[in-house]
Amino acid sequence: MEYFEVLLPSLLAGVWVTLKIFCLTIIGAIPIGIIVGLGLKSEFAPVRWLLNGYVWLMRGTPLLLQLIFVFYGLPIIHITFERYDAALFAFILNYAAYFAEIFRGGFQAIPTGQLEAAKVLHLNSWQTQTRIVLPQVFKNVLPPMGNEIINLIKDSSLVYVIGIGDLLRAGNIAAARDVTLIPYILVGIIYLLLTAITTLILRRLETYFSYYK
Amino acid sequence: MITLKNIKKSFNGRIILNNLNLEIKDGEILAIVGPSGAGKTTLLRALVGLDTIDSGEILVDNQAFDPSNNANDKNMIGVVFQDYNLFPNLSVRENIGLAPRLVLKQDKQVVAQQTNELLTKLRLADKAKLYPFELSGGMKQRVAIARALAMQPKVLAYDEPTSALDPSMRNEVANLLLALKKDGVTQIIVTHDVELANKVADNIFTVTPLS
Repeated sequence: MEYFEVLLPSLLAGVWVTLKIFCLTIIGAIPIGIIVGLGLKSEFAPVRWLLNGYVWLMRGTPLLLQLIFVFYGLPIIHITFERYDAALFAFILNYAAYFAEIFRGGFQAIPTGQLEAAKVLHLNSWQTQTRIVLPQVFKNVLPPMGNEIINLIKDSSLVYVIGIGDLLRAGNIAAARDVTLIPYILVGIIYLLLTAITTLILRRLETYFSYYK
Repeated sequence: MITLKNIKKSFNGRIILNNLNLEIKDGEILAIVGPSGAGKTTLLRALVGLDTIDSGEILVDNQAFDPSNNANDKNMIGVVFQDYNLFPNLSVRENIGLAPRLVLKQDKQVVAQQTNELLTKLRLADKAKLYPFELSGGMKQRVAIARALAMQPKVLAYDEPTSALDPSMRNEVANLLLALKKDGVTQIIVTHDVELANKVADNIFTVTPLS
């Protein structure tokens, strides 16, 4: 028990870092994902090509490589980020690409007839998107977004590689210092708790949106 | 009065409408009939601005009218779609009140009162809080009509209003169209249902497929 008391502050500090990366990535990546998702349907071909290239690049290379590239690679061409900023930059760019593909599918699932109904009612583009399209898109994308959000909790441990003191790093330091498996087990339990809470919140959201079909 | 002059429309090189001329008088019910593929729905879509015409003129009271121009009179034409196209994320009340509130900028209380009147008129008062998925086909159609009427259109256009309804509901639709005629609403019905056309229409316009 005493060991837990010794261990807990450093693990909680790590949880705080993990949660910050998680939340800020969500806050940054969702709006970018929506905009890129809309752009992927653009009638202007160069915009589509550019955004498809971005999505292909982000989804086709490992997030770990992207993190290393941003933090260790970019300084070679004199673009330098703080550790934490580098992590956020790489995470937001990577997750926005995944979210964009999900949102693109969500937008495509809205029947054209509804857009035509909005048009003949003279709703403008903003009113159509905010009142008709986006509420339905959010409902449509919740299950696939949920998967990515759960992945994000686990992926956040990758920041370890650029020396950020997240949950995994806190556990690893304790395990190496005390030569015991307990920190790893605790880290695992905390990740399980975080994913369980997130899953619960996502289920609540799905239930909230189930008032219509 | 709406006048269509020499309307021409083609898709992928195939001419659908060729030099079509048509007059729709104020307050009348005009039925546009014809076999599938003849261009009935194309004509309706051109008239309400969902498709553009290749050439020809649309005149309203002898003034040129471009239906696809969003700066038009917002009360000009209301549309009731074949599949109703209700907004599934909005309740019946919200479907009806959304456009008057956002587009006509009507006061919240005015919209609420007008919506209540339409709900009562179309026998939907007890369905106000329901969502489209909870409604039968006939109810959905009445909501679609109420939604179009909420914009107080001068003309109401229907695409196949009876195609998804059983015979008893067809009579109900016919009675509803006649009731709206009494209110002075000009109505255009695109339909396969010749029986409905004969029952309610003042004029019947037949679109024939072009060979």
